[in-house]
Amino acid sequence: MKLGFSKEDEDFRSECASWLNDQMSGEFSDIKGITTLTEKAERRKEWEQQLAAHKWSCIGWPEEWGGRGASLAQQVIFAEEYARAGVPGRVNHIGIELAGPTILTFGTDEQKKRFLPDIAAGKTIFCQGFSEPGAGSDLAAVRTKGHVENGEWVVNGQKIWTSLAHISDWIFVVTRTEEGTQGPKGLSFLMMPIDQEGIEIRGIEQINGDAEFNETFFTDAKCAEDSLIGAPGDGWKIAMGLLAFERGVSTLGQQMAFRNELDEIIAAAKSNGSSNDPLIRQRIAKAEIGLRLMRYGALRMLSNQDHSKVDGAALTYKIQWATWRRGLGELGMDVLGQGGEIAEGGEYAWNTLPNLFLYSRADTIYGGTNQIQRNLIAERGLGMPREPRGK
Amino acid sequence: MDFAFTDEQAMIAETAQQFFAENATSSRTREAMAADGFDRATWQSFCQELGLGGLLVPEEFGGSALGMVDFATVAEAAGSQVAAIPLHGLAMIGSAIAAGGSDEQKSKWLPQLASGDVVASGGGNADLKSDNGGLSGKIEFVPHGNIANLFILSDGSEAWIVEADADGLSVDTPVTMDQTRPQATLTLSNVKADPLADGAAALNIGKAAGWICLAAEALGGAQACLDRTCEYAKEREQFGRAIGSFQAYKHRLADMMIEIEQARSAVYWAACAIDEGSDEAELALHAAKSFCADTFFKCAGDMIQLHGGIGFTWEHDAHLFFKRARSIQTMMQSGNWHREEIATMILGEAA
Repeated sequence: MKLGFSKEDEDFRSECASWLNDQMSGEFSDIKGITTLTEKAERRKEWEQQLAAHKWSCIGWPEEWGGRGASLAQQVIFAEEYARAGVPGRVNHIGIELAGPTILTFGTDEQKKRFLPDIAAGKTIFCQGFSEPGAGSDLAAVRTKGHVENGEWVVNGQKIWTSLAHISDWIFVVTRTEEGTQGPKGLSFLMMPIDQEGIEIRGIEQINGDAEFNETFFTDAKCAEDSLIGAPGDGWKIAMGLLAFERGVSTLGQQMAFRNELDEIIAAAKSNGSSNDPLIRQRIAKAEIGLRLMRYGALRMLSNQDHSKVDGAALTYKIQWATWRRGLGELGMDVLGQGGEIAEGGEYAWNTLPNLFLYSRADTIYGGTNQIQRNLIAERGLGMPREPRGK
Repeated sequence: MDFAFTDEQAMIAETAQQFFAENATSSRTREAMAADGFDRATWQSFCQELGLGGLLVPEEFGGSALGMVDFATVAEAAGSQVAAIPLHGLAMIGSAIAAGGSDEQKSKWLPQLASGDVVASGGGNADLKSDNGGLSGKIEFVPHGNIANLFILSDGSEAWIVEADADGLSVDTPVTMDQTRPQATLTLSNVKADPLADGAAALNIGKAAGWICLAAEALGGAQACLDRTCEYAKEREQFGRAIGSFQAYKHRLADMMIEIEQARSAVYWAACAIDEGSDEAELALHAAKSFCADTFFKCAGDMIQLHGGIGFTWEHDAHLFFKRARSIQTMMQSGNWHREEIATMILGEAA
């Protein structure tokens, strides 16, 4: 067991940090510190391409597909330095972290050649079409339908909560391709271009006034027949494989963003004197402990090579960070006091901490609600009997 | 960076788990509870047959000089059986003498600690008076002080070795809630004391080892509470179904696991930080002690609740865990104290 990094890794850390800091104080200083996923989207697409031009866009991918084949330690370091430098989140995180690894794992050579170089280069932005109005926690209750007609897939139905669909080029869609099937059977995984007549996107205004999520409507939407990943009927297996990628190295970068949020609360507490309140002090200490334990939980999960047993750190990770962050949002407002409820710019738009307070209510819902997470933990992790299910 | 056990560490952990499951059984622990809170047979096998008494003792003094991570795996295993053994004292005093003792002190005491021939414990009180080599004062809450042969006592800056049979020392053992780790009161009246060569170094590492021991015991205890409750949840039926199939029940089990996984990260982060001399070590120790104690208490309380009536009986082991958890919460400072230490690191002193 070892937590320290080697000299080579520390050199790599300096290299990343210096490049990222140069970018954030130079050509891309205008996007430094943005914390939402929607602000200045066009500039952030340019940033994706800048990352790619310097081979920083997907360092964990194999070199032949535009990555660096970076070690786990290096990926951890890059993710940490990325957030530490105040670089905003990746608008193509779904392409880099979900679509790319899915194609690498399940795609044909032809599909790899078709998609991976453009994802790596920051030219193809991806979004994810899983949830539907009737398929939220019950994700397998997908009703969007797909069939082959004249050598093309034709898709009809509706997806919801498609994060960043309005700035994306492609969407991967789980569709029901076998008539009469229910649940996880008969689903297929399709890659579809967004810019076409059959796809319509409408933003969903959220409680913080922002619109990161969308409804996506498919009306005879089309994609080429070889846009199917895996075989027809493999959709559920691939979707589940993809969700496992979500718990990868990017979690470390996400944590650095949390670090910045907690630091902002600490600074606010010091400046307004609430840092003298013993209860606030306890809560800040608890938040600090929670964040540190999140980091070491993620490192345990990433270091784990024993795949014969359920990985408890991985299984509990989502509910842990989501619940922690929701609590952080509440702590931030308690530190700010009543002033936190006033939008400084005079419009319904929020600074980091009030926005965190509002946005973090989504954290315990998307990607599997806390209630679904507890079912998964109890059933997969602890061997409890499954929930009784209707049809 | 590789935050997983080495093969050797995994082997020590497995050996320790098996050892405590076989030796520190409920009936042995209960026999000890009814007597002086010391399961001698388990302790003797632990030190001699298993040879783990010298885990933190340098090799030249009969130990195996392993690290805090290795020790934590052992303490975790002991905690999972609520073993009635003076492991906490061994960890604190063994590492304190190794770090702050003179050569003579080390060669006199460390081999006997490693072999289990001497049982050690310690405690402190700022009002302890030292006068011409004689110590006077009162020290409460000395774990397993009732059966220890050797003490390290401190006034917070200096530390002394005191032998249990020294003139002027009286040891009283109040009835304590947790009978698996009695807490003795020492009263000293001009007792012969041998100052440690480097008291500050001894106290520093002794405290760290003590905190790691408690945090790791708490982790093992919490995991055992969850494991045992899961077994029950699958067996026990009500309304024609295993009770573990009800969401109100299984979600509570899930909440236990979520805390335990964090507690596991906390223990091994802190242990690793000490072994590597990391500047995070102090923060990690406060985090680990407070978080693991709270986790254990939550899980032990939930264990009683989720067992229903049987969990409230003396016959069931749930109360052993519950009482040990309560005791760990207050030993070596409360969770609030540790969190205030962290708050001071982050925010400075409160005005």
